[in-house]
This record gives sequence, structure tokens and C-alpha cells, in this order.
Amino acid sequence: MKKLPELIFAAGKEGKVGYAYSACEFGDDLIAVDAEHLRQDIEDFPQVSEVEIVRHYTNLSHLNHSVDSGFYPLGSCTMKYNPKINEKIAAFEEFSAHPYSPHHLVQGNLEVIKDLEEWLCKLTGMPAFTLTPAAGAHGEFVGMQIIRKYLSSKGEPRKIVLIPDSAHGTNPASAHFAGYEIKEIPSNEEGILDTAVVKEHLNEDVAALMMTNPNTLGIFEKNIVEIAAALHENGSLLYMDGANMNAFMGIVRPGDLGADVLHLNLHKTFATPHGGGGPGSGPVGVAAHLKEFLPVPLVDENKDTKQFSVRYFNEGIGRVKNYYGNFLVLVRALVYLYSLGRENLDKVAEDAVLNANYIRKKLEPLLDLPYKSRTLHEVVFSDKNLNVKTLDIAKRLLDFGIHPFTIYFPLIVHGAMMIEPTETESKETLDAFIAAMKQVLQEAAENPEILENAPHHTPVRRLDEVYAARKLIIKWQKEENN
Amino acid sequence: MRYFPLTDTDREEIRKSIGIKENKELFADLPREKIYYSLQDFPSALAEDEILKKFKEIAKKNRYGEYLSFLGGGAYNHFIPEVVDHLSGKGEFVTPYTPYQPEVSQGSLQAMFEYQTMMTMLTGLDVSNASLYDGGTAAAEGVLLALRKARKKRILIAANLHPEYIEIINTYIRNLDYKAEIIGFDKDKGTVDLNELEKKFDDKTAGIIFQSPNFFGVVEDSRKISAFAHQQKAYAVQVIAEAMSMAFLTPAGQNGVDICVGEAQSFGLPLGFGGPYLGFMAAKKEFIRQMPGRIVGQTVDTKGDRGYVLTLSTREQHIKREKATSNICTNQAWCALRAAMYLTAMGKKGLREIAKTNHLNTAYFVKESGKFSHVNVKYKKNFYNEIVLEIKNTTLEDFTGKLEAEGILPGIPLNWFSPDMEDALLVNFTEKHKKKDIDRLIAAIGELQ
Repeated sequence: MKKLPELIFAAGKEGKVGYAYSACEFGDDLIAVDAEHLRQDIEDFPQVSEVEIVRHYTNLSHLNHSVDSGFYPLGSCTMKYNPKINEKIAAFEEFSAHPYSPHHLVQGNLEVIKDLEEWLCKLTGMPAFTLTPAAGAHGEFVGMQIIRKYLSSKGEPRKIVLIPDSAHGTNPASAHFAGYEIKEIPSNEEGILDTAVVKEHLNEDVAALMMTNPNTLGIFEKNIVEIAAALHENGSLLYMDGANMNAFMGIVRPGDLGADVLHLNLHKTFATPHGGGGPGSGPVGVAAHLKEFLPVPLVDENKDTKQFSVRYFNEGIGRVKNYYGNFLVLVRALVYLYSLGRENLDKVAEDAVLNANYIRKKLEPLLDLPYKSRTLHEVVFSDKNLNVKTLDIAKRLLDFGIHPFTIYFPLIVHGAMMIEPTETESKETLDAFIAAMKQVLQEAAENPEILENAPHHTPVRRLDEVYAARKLIIKWQKEENN
Repeated sequence: MRYFPLTDTDREEIRKSIGIKENKELFADLPREKIYYSLQDFPSALAEDEILKKFKEIAKKNRYGEYLSFLGGGAYNHFIPEVVDHLSGKGEFVTPYTPYQPEVSQGSLQAMFEYQTMMTMLTGLDVSNASLYDGGTAAAEGVLLALRKARKKRILIAANLHPEYIEIINTYIRNLDYKAEIIGFDKDKGTVDLNELEKKFDDKTAGIIFQSPNFFGVVEDSRKISAFAHQQKAYAVQVIAEAMSMAFLTPAGQNGVDICVGEAQSFGLPLGFGGPYLGFMAAKKEFIRQMPGRIVGQTVDTKGDRGYVLTLSTREQHIKREKATSNICTNQAWCALRAAMYLTAMGKKGLREIAKTNHLNTAYFVKESGKFSHVNVKYKKNFYNEIVLEIKNTTLEDFTGKLEAEGILPGIPLNWFSPDMEDALLVNFTEKHKKKDIDRLIAAIGELQ
């Protein structure tokens, strides 16, 4: 079985080097820093040769499950295939210019930014976009800041943001950091928001409602148009969390549904890789009346000369990230969109939704399905009626080379199993997953210890998270680890 | 379409299985009049060879690469060993999610643990998180951390912090119940005005955030600033925008700094037109439970073997929701992985050598430019790898324009950022500049006498 390699610090030895770079052409006599500021040593820092580095990381890579190695139906994360051509193009040396280069020397990069903005505007029906936010949660924060700035310009920012009980934890956290109090509102037995319930919560203090659509149950918030109208009548705004845009990209535009602000996750719907937890990108689209509040910098195109320029100052929320955001992630997303083209834009959602419904159909006889509304891109089952916990099922799936679904989220489902297959999985893969689930559930009925002791065939067995939090060993130390 | 493995037969079987006739029925909950809008406005799909050609043409419109560049200002052009691109490009590292299932994520997790360890060694502090978005947002998170921990409402910001970082901090705290005040700098030395610092500190102040080397490239007296903050029962937050400096200058922890945040793009990330980069945060142990972002901890499995997990998640948004220490979720894990690979490849010896080369190259320019009277290096002492160059005989625009015509980008005009900034250029030197490159710059400047 694959084992964890030793920590790199343990392999270190005085005299080993892992690099070769041409020597400095000047002597220490030029040093212009006072001696008291000069560092003497970097104690215990790695000292290994190149082959040892290569083996260390190659061996580490073998311990990871990834989209490239197998099925990864992590709900609300949209773990679709990340095309290889995107990586190659993002690595073009010409794209890697300095962010403070004179603008006439980086017209290609500015074109990429403007072009992607236009794609996203057209795909979402939002008239303007900023591509600077670094991730989904960052986009939420930016969107809520825009809402606050807009409402302030109208008189006052208001106090409360309404968030459904099925929302991802980043929604309340982002709204909080934009200065708002959170009021949680319940979803109904269909798993969606009732217009009447939203209306009950509306008053002059409500700044906005943050709605994930489709929501984290994989269900379309079908009252969205009515809810948007009610919000607007109250002078409040609709923030749409577009993390699940994969369910209807090319099918419907959030702008047509009444969204005032929308964020997208390029590392979900737009096929840029997750990288084990970033870098992502969380562009934010806004309705026409919010355009002036977008963060800087903003890229402009002169349609006559075809020249691009950059604005650094406006009346908006200011700056939210250095430079132009995660630019090389933007390049990947744009390549993906050109690869899809108009012929395939709506096929993404169709196949993704077909796949999710197929899994629902096959597993519904075996698992409790708490919300029976129509499934879009993902389906959420519960561990109710089972003699094992969701966690045990998830850990047992690891033995089949399958990454488990998202577990225990959304919070409104007991022992939630949130399954999102995406459009980039074959029917054979889905059938293998369904067969694995059947076997695991049969084991659960006959011999639950197999699940409780799982995983059995992974590089490490089930890990003790409580121990980790109690001991808090968060770095290697010579004395402790030797 | 090569990204869709379903065949038409598969689709038909699935439709039959789930009891629908056509795909449109999948979207029956969506407003009928709004779905399946026309996609005719979008370009037609491009084949792989066409895509390559199209993007090569766009890339060629960038002409930055033809110039000898001395641009820095928080984004630095350092050499990246081949092993970093090769190893970090493995699909097993590029395509996993955040390691929510640690038993099949030990590769990413152990690498993050090693990254955290190296960042504590470099900063001289006790603990490090696994990454933040970039230098500017890390500075903002550093400010929020100090304010939370101190349970006070006021923070002082050094005016010679990277101007973008100040803007980002302002955006982050604007709507919270906090106050920020700017501390000026000594116009002769380029460093924080310690008298003003003393005057503006009061018992409501949570701390001071300053940058060293600061935006003008000058090393601050971190020890004095920290000692002063501690006298006031407040915290010293040091920003480092050029991570390479950590291998040459005394570490933050040794100077008494409480929180060290910044930008680690210099560790194995290309200029990339400004991103993705790597925000870092390290601090004294007492801050650990208030820190934002992922933290990896060592643990054991049921057999007692060593393994790694994400830990202290009770700080985070998925547990604490609006009471979380930050809203951060996805951050820059792959960039931190590259940094770990870079630092491992350079090792103790390489990193120290390269860090010194950066300084010596800069010092050589300072010495050589001393012979001119039409330009002047403003702060001649205690710079690291960046200097402020005053132009005496013409306008900034004229100066940079003439050098650009010679194929040289001599630096970043400081008046770009704000009219209050110096009317001068910020000039950066790294190990990638050879003596002949610096001589070329000197010669071109000489021509403008």
C-alpha cells in the first residue's frame, strides 16, 4: 500500500542542493543594510537534492484523489473535468506580463479580460462584471459591498440581509463582513423559498436577500421572479449566489429572473481546476443601476481604435484584490468557453442534469429523499432510516476509488449526502457508482462494522480529527517529530 | 464535444429511465418563457488547434516580454526552477478539491503542512495558515485579526504601505465598526515617522500595520515599532510584499512582530499579470484560534499512523457562519504548494544566495547611478531590492518614454498611485538581472543627462 513519505525536513543534510542558478556578480562589500537587520540563518530549512524533491512530491501526488484519477461527485463543488488545453494556454509566457506594465504593452491581456467579461454578461444577462474577486466567497463579499454602497447612495445602507436556511456558510459570513446583520428564513417542504414567507420578513431595514439558485438541494427556486419583484418593491435587492450555475448555464439568464447581483465560480461552472483548495475566481455581475459601484480596476475598450485602457479610480467600492484578480484563471475560463461555443453551451447543463436525475432515480429506492421537488444538477439524500451514519458510507466509498459526495450539508437535511455528478462523467461511471452504493448499503444492513471501520484500502485509515484539534501540531519541529 | 462522455444512446437511456421524452422537461420548474434563449450571438465552438492559434495571436499582442523590465511594486520576476512547474502541474495536485476527505488527500495535506512549517521558519513566528488570496487581502485579514484579538476599534496604518494594500484594507473595514488612521513617514529616510506613531497611539488602538521592506524598498526598524506597540498593549503587524527579503533580513518574529502577513508570489509563481498569487499569514501562537483560513494539523489514524487533516475548523464559515473569523473558503492552496516546492528546491543555501543577489544587484545600481546628477536614489541606506529614483532634469513621462524607446521599462511611476506619492520611479532588481542588464540601464540613463 502507498505510504506517506517522510517529511522533507527529515531528509535534509548539510551539503545537499536542489538548484543551480548563476552566481552573483558582485561582492559583499556592496551590502547597504545595517548589520542588525541581516539574517544569520534559516534554521532547519530543507536541504535536499533535485531527485529527492521529485520523488517526494511524486510520492505525495500518489496519495491524492483528484478529478484526473476518478469520480468526484462532491455536491455544490461542480468537480467537472479540467481541460488540459486550458493549462497549456494559461502557461503561455506572453500572458505572464507584469501587472504594472504600460497598458499598450499588454493589450492581449486586457483583451482577455474584456472578452471574458462580455461572455459572462451575455451568459447571465447581467450588464456589467468585475473579474477581480479571487473566489466565490470573495465575490459574495464584493457583491454585498456593492449593495451596501448603492443603498447608501440612496440614503442609507439598511441593516438586515435575509438568508435561507439552506445557504452555504459563506453567505452569512460574507454579508456579516459587509456590515450586515443576518436573518435566517426557512425554506418550505418543497425545499424552496415561499414568496409569502419572504414578504413576511420584508421591512424598511432589509437590504437584500441572498439566494442560491438552484439551491443547495439542487432545486430551482421557482418563486424567484415573484420574490425579486417583492424585494424591489420594498427597495431591497436580490443577490443571487451562482455557485450552481452549471445547472442552467445557456438555459436561463439570472438577469432575466430579477437578480441584481450575481457571483459565479470559474472553478466550478467554467472548468478551471480547484488546485486542492484554490486558486479560484469569483466574478461578480451587476444590474445596470449598480454598474458605477463596481470595484477597480476596470478595463475599457475603445470600439473605434480597438485599444484597451484601465480605470483605477471610480465612485465604487474601491479595491478588493491586488492587480486584476486571478488573471491566469480567467484565461483558462475563456479558453473553455471558446471550446464549448454556441453549439455546446446549453449541453453542459442538459447532461449535468440528466446525470443527476439518473443517480436520483437509481438510488431513490435505497435512500431517503427528503425533498421530492424536481432535481437539477445535484440530489440530496438523507441517512434517515439507515443503521449507519452518512460519514461511514462516505468513508467506505473511498475503498471503491470513489470520492464521496458532500456530507452533512445542507444543514436542513439529516445526515445529508449531496451528490453532483456533473456533465463530464460517463454513464459507465455513474453505473459503477450506483453499484458501489448498492454494495455499501447492503454491507450496512448485513455487516455495519465494515463501514464503521472504513476506509480499509486508503494510504491512511480513518483519521482522528479531534486529536488533531487537541494536540494542535501544525508544523514540523525537530524535537517533537524526530 | 470531447468533454461530454454521454452518447446519444446514453442520453436516450437516461431519459427513458427517469421518465421524460425530451431534455426540455428537465427544466420544467424554470419560467417557460425565459428558457432556451437564443445562443446564436455566441461564437461557434473552436477545435483544439484553432483555440491554440487564436490564443497565441492574443498572447502576441502583449509586447511586455520584449523589454528589459525593472518593474516590481509587489510583483517580482524571480527565476523558477523547472521542478516546480513539472511537479505542481501533476493532475493529482491540480484537480482535487479542498481536502475534505483527508484519507485520500494526504498528498496535498502533507505538502501544506510542510508549507506552514517553512513559513514559520522564514517569519520566525509560531504558526502559519495554509494561504490567503494575496498580499493585499492578507494585509486586510491581518488588520482584522489584530482588531479581533485586541478587542479594540482603532488601527494605525503606515502611509508607506503598498498603496493597493491600503485601498484593500479600507474596503475590508469600511463597513465594520472600526477606525483606521494613517501614520506618515520620514521624508528623508522613507521610514515610518516614529514621533507621529507615538502621538497617535492611544489605549483604544489595537495596533499598527507597517510594511518592511516598505513600499519604497526601505527596511523599517521593526524592533522599535513592535516594542512601541507592546508598551501600549497593542500589536505590531508587519507586511512583507517581497517574500524573498525574508531570507536576507532578520525575521519578523525575532524583531518582536506579532502578526506577519504578505505576498509570497516570489516563491515560485510567475508574474501572471498579477495573479494567482499567494497571500500568507503567520503569527504568535496566541492568535491561532482567531486566525482566518485553512490550517493543517498532524494527527493519527485508527492504526496510530501519522496523517494530516484540516483542523480548528470551528473558526470557519461552514461551522460558525456569520460568527466565523473570516468568510474565506477556497483560497490559494495550489499556489502554496508551488511555494513549498520552490522553497524546497532552493533550500537553505539557494534561498539565502538568491536573496542576497537581489540586494547586491540593487546596491550595484545605487553605486553606479551615484555618478549622475540628473537622477538621484532617494533612500541610499537600508534598501532591499527596490529603490526610489528621483528624476531631476525632466518629467517622469519624458524619462520613462525615452527609456521605453530604448527597450527598457525603468520602473513604476509613483504618481500613478496618488498625487501624494513621490514624483519618482520605483525601480526593482532581482537575480534575473545580470550585470550587463544593469549596465545597460545605467548607460541609457547616462544618455539622458
